[in-house]
Amino acid sequence: MQKNLLLGVEAIGQGAIDGGMSGVYAYPGTPSTEITEYIQENPLAEERNIHRKWSANEKTAYETALGMSYAGKRAMACMKHVGLNVAADAFINSSITGVNGGLILTVADDPSMHSSQNEQDSRFYGQFAMIPVLEPSNQQEAYDMAREGFALSEETGVPVMLRITTRLAHSRSGVVRKDVLPENELLLPTDPLQFVLLPGIARRRYKGLLGKQQLLNELSDSSKYNQYIDGKEKSLGIVCCGIAYNYLLENYKDSVCPYPVVKISQYPIPEKMMKKLDADCDEILVLEEGYPLVEEHLKGFFAKGTPIKGRLDGTLPRDGELNPDHVAKALGREVYEGIPVPSIVANRPPALCQGCGHMDAYNAMNEVLAEFGRGRVFSDIGCYTLGALPPFETINSCVDMGASITMAKGAADAGLIPAVAVIGDSTFAHSGITGLLDAVNENANITIVISDNESVSMTGGQDSSAYGKIESICAGVGVDPDHIRVIVPLKKNHEEMVKMFREELAYEGVSVIIPRRECIQRASRRKRNISRQANH
Amino acid sequence: MKSDIILAGVGGQGILSIAAVLGMAALKENLHLKQAETHGMSQRGGAVVSHLRISDQPIASDLIQLGTADLILSVEPMESLRYLPFLSAKGYLVTNTNPFINIPNYPDVEQVLAEVGKLPRFVAIDADQIAKEVGNVRASNMVMLGAASPFIDLEFSKLEDGIRTIFERKGEAIVELNLAALRAGRSFAEKNM
Repeated sequence: MQKNLLLGVEAIGQGAIDGGMSGVYAYPGTPSTEITEYIQENPLAEERNIHRKWSANEKTAYETALGMSYAGKRAMACMKHVGLNVAADAFINSSITGVNGGLILTVADDPSMHSSQNEQDSRFYGQFAMIPVLEPSNQQEAYDMAREGFALSEETGVPVMLRITTRLAHSRSGVVRKDVLPENELLLPTDPLQFVLLPGIARRRYKGLLGKQQLLNELSDSSKYNQYIDGKEKSLGIVCCGIAYNYLLENYKDSVCPYPVVKISQYPIPEKMMKKLDADCDEILVLEEGYPLVEEHLKGFFAKGTPIKGRLDGTLPRDGELNPDHVAKALGREVYEGIPVPSIVANRPPALCQGCGHMDAYNAMNEVLAEFGRGRVFSDIGCYTLGALPPFETINSCVDMGASITMAKGAADAGLIPAVAVIGDSTFAHSGITGLLDAVNENANITIVISDNESVSMTGGQDSSAYGKIESICAGVGVDPDHIRVIVPLKKNHEEMVKMFREELAYEGVSVIIPRRECIQRASRRKRNISRQANH
Repeated sequence: MKSDIILAGVGGQGILSIAAVLGMAALKENLHLKQAETHGMSQRGGAVVSHLRISDQPIASDLIQLGTADLILSVEPMESLRYLPFLSAKGYLVTNTNPFINIPNYPDVEQVLAEVGKLPRFVAIDADQIAKEVGNVRASNMVMLGAASPFIDLEFSKLEDGIRTIFERKGEAIVELNLAALRAGRSFAEKNM
């Protein structure tokens, strides 16, 4: 059997292709980005002409995937955990419309916030939507679940969530591929009103969703991904969710745990297995990556009051990702810590790259804003968020995609003049345009800097959906063309940029300044690719 | 056999090229492998680390436990110290001596190297200089891999094969450069262990 060395995210991409998927829809977001990138570069995806271009945001991605499902084909939407907040309206309602072709939502959570604003646990969204959630414990399961998830979605008639976390997303291991399944034929839903959520229809469909819950419970208890692994020592029973299972096994020689273990990789929580564990064991320890979803559930579940240990009672840390050492301590095992980190070791946070255009924009902004004092720059999600840190310390907010323009407007409404928004080109396309419309409609006195590096850079330089369209979008939304100003952010243009900022801050209305220079990482990649092609 | 390796460096220094060669060598030997990487924000000049585990037995965790790493292989000296709690009592630390200074509070380099020198088992190597001598400073990561190779339970020839496979598409000259870098690193380590 040929093993392929794949990242968890790549295993999902391959699994989806081999599972007969006809389209992937996504917006880049760490740690989910490489699923779509893998599919974009895959020869079979090209041969089958699987849809694999980026969407403008997670909501458009999910809705488009739902449209493909409506037409009978298998589709996947991919996003990071906070992306699901953007797509939540479509996602929650899609559990009521149900699917036609199989639909998988792959969502990658980021506990410990390696590259995120929070560490929300997407399993709660799955529970909220009342659909099956798959949570692989390793790369092979990630492949298998992506491949088989479409069939589970078609069998149950609802979307299926595939939930991973950073560690599995970005860890590589051997994966064995299975047969490639055919794509579905185009096929309309048998009920032409299935997707029409008028109240009368929605009420009927919602009852249908509730009626499916018993089936989903049974599927969890019989799922090959969930296992009851017996052990001799019944003083403790252990519940492991997803990759927590590996951290448990790491603590035992030859991976044999003496306690009974329930491995959960498919939700809803397998109730029969839980009841058996409760009947067999004196105490239960819950190991889960993310929020204490299972732990909370069990605390209210068992009549005899079995003590439940986990993140809520302090047995494990309440926040952050798990690791084998946390699990060792929870099991009462000694952890040998090597040599302490010498005190001279300094933190090394990420920083803007040398030569980055955002730097030139911030230098010019800082010079002008010094006259007004700090505290009036609202920003957004992207590389330029690093402008909050020294040496720039320019920006004062980073909340969610698009919030720069709207928060600047709110502050201006409150009387903070001048108020400035800093947003990237891709974030503007993702969620900035509607906020700009609000600002234009009230002629808000704000200055918006769309720092345009012509790519989605923080996630690795993907194509930005607003490429070449930013001025026309702004003008179309109604910004006065005299106050849409473009400049190349380079040191030699510093004085001109300063003058431009000063003029637009003085203008009482919506102005847009677009410092535009290609991301230097993307530019150097492009040049390398050109020279490589020239050499062959 | 089992080799648990912490690969350390700064985003952009290309530690994953080292992991790729090791991964290829392990795959060719039909060994089990797990390799947890750092992607995302830290790749912008932040501290990055990869946990690389190779074994002839199935591997459970993607992450290495504290105090159990056989080797810390760092392409930057201060970064080599950041992961000392992972090093086992018998483990080796192999680091490039060239600092990557992109923060204002980078400590005195002599002090950093003095901390490295306190360890019972280490190799500190000017991989940039050695890479220049064999042809190109960009091969310094393969010098580092060579310097660490005595402490990794894989045959040296398998690492050479790994380089041939990984760099094949970049042409014969690049393959030879990286092989020379690997051998020069190995030779330095053997003299300075």
